[in-house]
Amino acid sequence: MTEKFILKTTELQKSFSGIIAAEDINISVKEGEIIGIIGANGAGKTVFVNMITGYLKPSSGKIEFMGRDITGIKPREATHIGVCRSFQVSQVFMTMTVKENLMIAMSLAKKSGLELLLPLDDEKLSKECDKILDLYKIKNQSNLIVSTLSQGMRKLLDISMAVVGNPNVLLLDEPTSGVSVEEKFGIMDIVISALKKSGTTVLFVEHDMEIVERYVDRVIAFYQGQVICDAPPSKALKDKKVIKYVLGS
Amino acid sequence: MYYGFGAYAVAMCQKYFGMTDIFLRFFIAVAAAGLLGFALGFILRRYREIFFAMLSLAFSMVLYGLLAKAEFLGSTDGMSISPSTILGYELGRFGLLYFICFFVICAIVFAQAYLRSSLGHLTTAISDNEIRVEYLGYSVEKAIHIKYVISACLAGGAGGLMAASLGQVDPDSMVLWSVSGELVFVTIMSGLGNILAPFMGAVLFEFIRTYAFELAPQAWQMIIGGTLLAIIFFSPGGLWSFFQKLNFLRKKNND
Ligand SMILES: Nc1ncnc2c1ncn2[C@@H]1O[C@H](COP(=O)(O)OP(=O)(O)O)[C@@H](O)[C@H]1O
Ligand SMILES: [Mg+2]
Repeated sequence: MTEKFILKTTELQKSFSGIIAAEDINISVKEGEIIGIIGANGAGKTVFVNMITGYLKPSSGKIEFMGRDITGIKPREATHIGVCRSFQVSQVFMTMTVKENLMIAMSLAKKSGLELLLPLDDEKLSKECDKILDLYKIKNQSNLIVSTLSQGMRKLLDISMAVVGNPNVLLLDEPTSGVSVEEKFGIMDIVISALKKSGTTVLFVEHDMEIVERYVDRVIAFYQGQVICDAPPSKALKDKKVIKYVLGS
Repeated sequence: MYYGFGAYAVAMCQKYFGMTDIFLRFFIAVAAAGLLGFALGFILRRYREIFFAMLSLAFSMVLYGLLAKAEFLGSTDGMSISPSTILGYELGRFGLLYFICFFVICAIVFAQAYLRSSLGHLTTAISDNEIRVEYLGYSVEKAIHIKYVISACLAGGAGGLMAASLGQVDPDSMVLWSVSGELVFVTIMSGLGNILAPFMGAVLFEFIRTYAFELAPQAWQMIIGGTLLAIIFFSPGGLWSFFQKLNFLRKKNND
């Protein structure tokens, strides 16, 4: 061992009744890295995120987190060890307010056992929530029911719910999809600067190469379930295979 | 089912241990129903919606069958319950009423506290989005199980108190699926808006049933069914949402 990795996959593979959605994925991530995952639709990006965070069990291969084998753990166990995620389609509590969404996330992250029988409306947690809502620029929407929010706002809420537990590794599945062009950079500025401050390792799936170029240290490109390129953005975006299979020109 | 189980727990403790103390009766009913709920919860927590309902119904029919066949529990005739006592003194009708009110208030306070807690809020969260709850690090099945046991305890306590106040337990009026149906009726009629709603709903239900029975001894079920239909048509959120709407309109008029 020459270097320590926070996250490492070895020969990771996933197939759905014969269809191979991920094959031979070997990725090592260093602490604090910001990684962009790119690839055409159906390339296997979401499957990769799902395997790391325990939503899907790999057919074979190994996932290690801080040297510990976490292959096939449950989503909530992933959350407990600090591997958290957001979703391509925002997964939030639609009938509740923004604040309630975050208060629930916060209390589940900070409390356990009988503490959960205490009132949800806790002054200390409420203040912490307000801080996060402020950081993610959705404080003005605190008391709105989530189903009335724009896609962009929901994405921000989804991400803020994933970070309340101060994760070590955060996987964001298309944080800017369904978000208007004007909102895109705003959201990523907010998210990446907040996460850089806390030193969180981030892997995010992104289709917009301008965003990739601007924010990431490293690019991992997927094509038909395989990693076809793993390099810094300056190099990756000029790679022949990436141009052919991802950028499609 | 838990309602009947609580009632029968009271009956059995009287038969085998001579237990008639109202506090003991209440707690035995709560504990017995809670234990049954805990055990069955391991199976039920894996199911949702109609499957959950049908499986619950199946369990209650099994319990009904067992009680109707159990001769040592009086089969279909059931058993009579002697008057409740407190510290050895017999409680009169009013004494019992006071204690029942006391337990009801305890139940309301507890339920209110639960609904305000983080765990209580998970009910809505789970019905909105189970995946998110799991990713927040909490087991959806565990939350459902806890809530199920709490509901079982409340229903069991109610059954225990009902046994004490009727002076009688029997399978037909306490465990049969139509009893569960009545409770569902009360819930639909009152709506889910507030803890007090089902209490009002229950009173109203007894009222409707009594008068329907006097008016039309042969067809009182039709009147009850008609009421339910009317509520579902005109106020799908139950009576509580009806009151909320009235309130809303009044405020609007005042403005
Ligand atoms: N639960 C599933 N069952 C069957 N096939 C799946 C499932 N999830 C993903 N796939 C398949 O795996 C491939 C990769 O999908 P995905 O990872 O969602 O792509 P993307 O890179 O667009 O996120 C697709 O061909 C998809 O059809
Ligand atoms: Mg995807």
